[in-house]
Amino acid sequence: MFENAHPIVKTSNGRTLRSEEMIINMGPQHPSTHGVLRLELVVDGEIVVDVIPHIGYLHRCFEKHCEAMTNYQQVIPYCDRLDYTAAMNMEYGYVLGVEKLLGIHVPERVEYIRVIMLELQRIASHLIALGTYGLDIGAFTPFLFMFRDRERILDLFETTCGARLLYNYIWIGGVSHDLPPGFIDKAKAFCKYFRPNIKEFNDLLTYNDIFIKRTANVGILPADVAIAYGCSGPMLRGSGVNWDLRRDDPYSVYNKFQWEVQIGKGEVGTVGDCWDRYIVRMREMEQSINIIEQALAQIPDGDVQSAIPKRIRPNAGDLYVRTESARGEIGFYIISDGTASPYRVKGRSPAFVNLSVLPEISRGYMIADIIAITGSTDIVLGEVDR
Amino acid sequence: MTPQQISEKLKSQFSDNILDVKIDGVLDPFVKIAASHIKEVAIFLREDADLQFDYLMCLSGVDYGKNVLGVVYHLASMQHRHKITVKVEIPADNPEVPSVSSIWPTANWHEREAYDMIGIKFIGHPDLRRMLLPEDWDGHPLRKDYKVPEFYQGMKVPY
Repeated sequence: MFENAHPIVKTSNGRTLRSEEMIINMGPQHPSTHGVLRLELVVDGEIVVDVIPHIGYLHRCFEKHCEAMTNYQQVIPYCDRLDYTAAMNMEYGYVLGVEKLLGIHVPERVEYIRVIMLELQRIASHLIALGTYGLDIGAFTPFLFMFRDRERILDLFETTCGARLLYNYIWIGGVSHDLPPGFIDKAKAFCKYFRPNIKEFNDLLTYNDIFIKRTANVGILPADVAIAYGCSGPMLRGSGVNWDLRRDDPYSVYNKFQWEVQIGKGEVGTVGDCWDRYIVRMREMEQSINIIEQALAQIPDGDVQSAIPKRIRPNAGDLYVRTESARGEIGFYIISDGTASPYRVKGRSPAFVNLSVLPEISRGYMIADIIAITGSTDIVLGEVDR
Repeated sequence: MTPQQISEKLKSQFSDNILDVKIDGVLDPFVKIAASHIKEVAIFLREDADLQFDYLMCLSGVDYGKNVLGVVYHLASMQHRHKITVKVEIPADNPEVPSVSSIWPTANWHEREAYDMIGIKFIGHPDLRRMLLPEDWDGHPLRKDYKVPEFYQGMKVPY
């Protein structure tokens, strides 16, 4: 693709024209960068020679705030605001870390409630990712269909804890509210309602010819590059790596459910292209429904707040805990110095790491493809910038 | 491999540069290494057939106070499904650590962030710029002795 990067153009009267690279600025205010991301594109005509991402426009000193808190619980609302489209997953990652530091075990009912919420949240987050991805490519209708269904999930969250976006629901040792009466029936009804809609999305967008032409064989991420760059989640699985922390580094009660890890197979293009990353998210929603249905059927009774400690003061020590959020491996490295507030919290956000591979998979494509590639990495800038 | 076996393998290879090993009594077993040798150890960790730590989960800069900074590497192997934590410690007045971004490309951005937030200089890093803060920002906010500046570019910082 680079062979003719600098062709010497001659006019008919023999003059030589010069061609050179140019820098184009994309963002920070650009609808397809999903927030305030600035991409510095080095282009040769329409062909992208290099991409330099500039981040930090949304930096809110998450890690500094954590150190300044007076106790461990106060960090949870800040975790919500890391990835505001998958807030449950974020707060769970942190809470799990503190619970491991304290060495407490939560009641079985709490684990089931958490799994139900995490998987509902994963569907809601994937719906945004896929809907806005269609929007990036030029398909408006699927976006509306997906937001209609996401609304139902948010309604479920609202009945449970009163919040629709930023929950502060998962607490250290428990959850803030037990499931309200009728929740299980509503959730079951949602699963029944949602399952056929996935086919509808597929008919509308997935196998649409234009969509396939825009996404297949674009932004190919080979498996070895994905691992070397630390990619995770649908980004890694899209490259054909069979890896999911819910199965491979199990936590909570995920090992009690039957479900399958979805990987990209290069059905319409090459393994690891934008379409593969897309289809992994689409198929994961179906698997999440499977998990939710099993969890709803098996959920035991119990008190959801019995294990909440009154005083949180972990012994001095440090630990890294990782869970599978909607975007990949959300890790928290927490250092405790034995006092009531964390000494250091490092958030390893999946979108930050997934974004770092963007230059690698963008070189040699057209400028318009950069939109498709950036969309397929599914970044949330709140999480990238922390 | 268990953390015990991993640390023993490292000890037999880099006896003098392994400063500390803690397996029991800690939540994450870790190996503490002399900062100057992190690169050799990293190559060994990645390339050895029994270890194959191909996945750098997280790289964190830490200010331990008392003039000591640190870098913590959390490593995992997709092949063997084992994990280990590697720590190095460096003095705050000369915070230099060899970069591992040529071994795990993901370290590139993590190291830039650690440089930005803690002020650790990664020797051999291809592009050590600030990651999250503006380029002309003074100081490194996650240092424990950091004071919020009153002014930025002549503008009053409002808190």
